[in-house]
Amino acid sequence: MSEKIATREAYGSALVEFGAKYENLVVFDADLAEATKTIKFKKAYPDRFFDCGIAEGNMISVAAGVATTGKIPFVSSFAMFSAGRAFEQVRNSIGYPHLNVKIGATHAGISVGEDGATHQCLEDIALMRTIPGMTIINPADAVEARAAVEAAINFVGPVYLRFGRLALEQIFDENYKFEIGKGVKLVDGSDVTIVATGLMVHEAIKAAELLKNEGISARVINIATIKPLDKEIILNAARETGAIVTAEEHNVIGGLGSAVCECLAEACPTPVIRVGTQDVFGRSGKVPPLLEMYGLTAANLVAKAKEAIALKK
Amino acid sequence: MQQTNEFLAEQAKKIRIGIIEGVYRAASGHPGGSLSIADVMAYLYFEEMNVSPEKPKDLTRDRFVLSKGHAAPALYSTLANRGYFPVEHLKTLRQIDSNLQGHPDMKGTPGVDMTTGSLGLGISAACGMALSGKISNDSYRVYAVLGDGECEEGQVWEAAMFASHYKLDNLCAFVDYNGLQIDGPVADVIGPAPFKEKFEAFGWNVIEINGHDFDEIRSAASKARKCKGKPTAVIMKTVKGRGVSFMENQVSWHGSAPKEDQYKLALEELGA
Repeated sequence: MSEKIATREAYGSALVEFGAKYENLVVFDADLAEATKTIKFKKAYPDRFFDCGIAEGNMISVAAGVATTGKIPFVSSFAMFSAGRAFEQVRNSIGYPHLNVKIGATHAGISVGEDGATHQCLEDIALMRTIPGMTIINPADAVEARAAVEAAINFVGPVYLRFGRLALEQIFDENYKFEIGKGVKLVDGSDVTIVATGLMVHEAIKAAELLKNEGISARVINIATIKPLDKEIILNAARETGAIVTAEEHNVIGGLGSAVCECLAEACPTPVIRVGTQDVFGRSGKVPPLLEMYGLTAANLVAKAKEAIALKK
Repeated sequence: MQQTNEFLAEQAKKIRIGIIEGVYRAASGHPGGSLSIADVMAYLYFEEMNVSPEKPKDLTRDRFVLSKGHAAPALYSTLANRGYFPVEHLKTLRQIDSNLQGHPDMKGTPGVDMTTGSLGLGISAACGMALSGKISNDSYRVYAVLGDGECEEGQVWEAAMFASHYKLDNLCAFVDYNGLQIDGPVADVIGPAPFKEKFEAFGWNVIEINGHDFDEIRSAASKARKCKGKPTAVIMKTVKGRGVSFMENQVSWHGSAPKEDQYKLALEELGA
């Protein structure tokens, strides 16, 4: 088994790696460089790293100003403060003028753990989805996180990158070709499809194994790019398997589950069960029992897959 | 290039006429705080700033951020009179088929360097432009105009901290201290003053001037250019509605448009 690496760790390393190639890449943080891992870039390129202090709104708007001059700014803080605290700055300073700023938001979701509800951002995907022209990428492992950073650099326009705190196993190998807006079928199946993102992709793969043992053929799709959504892969899954379960470390309101439902309702009405936090706040605790408590497990995906299959006509 | 004060006064007059024209045709907008900054806008675009209407995206140009974005009519009128687009176009302000949005949109309007309107965000963006110039050793300067009421936004002070920490001496922010905001005199609403002491405490070089005196504006801009290691804040005492007698110092003209008779009277007073 490969070494477990958090996507935020891969993010920090990728900034250093691509910082060498792209001299116009500059990085901003808001007093969380140790946690977001932009500290790696700070050490490698101190002249291109700027700490903004605990002032996220200013950081976002400063980055917008930097982007107008042709440089590529990455801004980092926890998801709660990037998408939440600074929502209006993201919308008006970056989104509306469609500036080339990359937001590296770490510590997304309930897997923040012990810090509790104030820091467990479960609404950032929903917030970012409402901004016209915003691209949202939520990588599932370190390989995909690195690839997403490179893709974001080469993409002109605002990108929200969502990274987690928790160390995760590797899903993809080094040959993985990441493309913004493209989902990836990880496991084929014909009875039901689990559409997962981020940390929940790992649970979805385990769930498919468990379902297989019970004679149920479950497809698993990894959706890293939540916006723009890969509608084709979702619609094909709906047509071919007839039932969908979505899985995300986010409120079921406004996130991947909502995006999938919106896509299907308009083009191919299909039963969907959304696994995620059920419109509640998180709480402090160790991560495994938290994931258990909020139903973010392979076991729950198995149960929901069966419910989804039962909803088929 | 230094101009005569008479030339600048003539440009400011044209800018004020364009403000009235646009706001009247739109039947909405913010004339008071647009008129109060007409003189500094004339100075910046006709004397101080290294800009060229033929090359609005030139990388070496000086930048301008209207942080008090609701004074868009003043920015548009300045840009039109400077040659970025026809003055006649000002009549389309806020119309559904116009690129002159209610608040500045950098994507749609030639010469607009930053999208603004939500108060407090523009000064941060100006800091970003100035920082970028420092990173790559560019010689351009960045100018911003802030409202006095705008300084009630916490983000202005986040930006103020940032600018002094990173020694952005290529940044010069003019504060339009006209003393009035939508809900009344700034001193009654929440009292953002004293500006001089606050900006000094945040590490800025501060200059206080009469914002309708070209000699004082010119002198302040010159001192800002010479000041090393610190950003400069120019606190301009101004008159809201300046140039149109019945609009001067009247809070009611913050965000309302003149009727036809008022429009005609305003143009007459401005010497149109």
